[in-house]
Amino acid sequence: MDDDRVFRALADPTRRFLLDRLFERDGRSLVELESELEMTRFGVMKHLRVLEEAGLVVTRRQGREKLHFLNPVPIRLIHDRWIDKYTERHVSALAELKTELEETA
Amino acid sequence: MTTMTEVQTTQVYQVFVKATPEAVWDAIVKPEFTSKYFHGVTIEADQTVRKTWYHGELANEVDVLEWDPPRRFVHSWLSFYDPEMAAEEPSRVTWEIEPQEGGFSLLTVVHDQLEGAPKTAASVVGPGWMMVLSGLKTLLETGEPLTTF
Repeated sequence: MDDDRVFRALADPTRRFLLDRLFERDGRSLVELESELEMTRFGVMKHLRVLEEAGLVVTRRQGREKLHFLNPVPIRLIHDRWIDKYTERHVSALAELKTELEETA
Repeated sequence: MTTMTEVQTTQVYQVFVKATPEAVWDAIVKPEFTSKYFHGVTIEADQTVRKTWYHGELANEVDVLEWDPPRRFVHSWLSFYDPEMAAEEPSRVTWEIEPQEGGFSLLTVVHDQLEGAPKTAASVVGPGWMMVLSGLKTLLETGEPLTTF
């Protein structure tokens, strides 16, 4: 819904690193994620909050723990809106070129 | 298992939809909506059972575990469309709808208890549920289906 937030959230290597860790294994606690980064807990929390506000990370309580889950939907929506459109054009441009070259050959 | 990703036994998907919780609820449980976005099947649910129809035939029936319109709907899941997956243990799907300010709804789908269903977990993860959620969003916001089946 808010593309700016998603792009901003993705424009940081630490946050992309966190997303990759969650992609590998979902549903991790702050303590777990923190152990993979040379950063204070507060720093990691700040990054997770940006990801949460962008909708890329969803937290759920499981017992006493708060677990972080990767939510792939916003990236999918951006893909549909921004990536598909341009790659399709690219592909069809190539297809046209091929047709043209083959016709003249 | 060095390059492969572990199978996710709890999967969470979330999307904002520009629709009231009541409209989102209807889109999840009523056949006239589900037939337009749910991977080509038609789904109809009430407080006891969730039925799936494929090409006019009843293909699957699962228990409804919680029914709290228009906020919370929980049912078991069985991937009936594939014999190997159908033989796995049932898992669980939770739909949560939270009203947001400005007439939006936040829809969360949690597919969990997938420990006994690794093939199902690998099959529904990512594109499987995302097609359902983006299809539902498009249908409610534009009145048009995202894809035709």
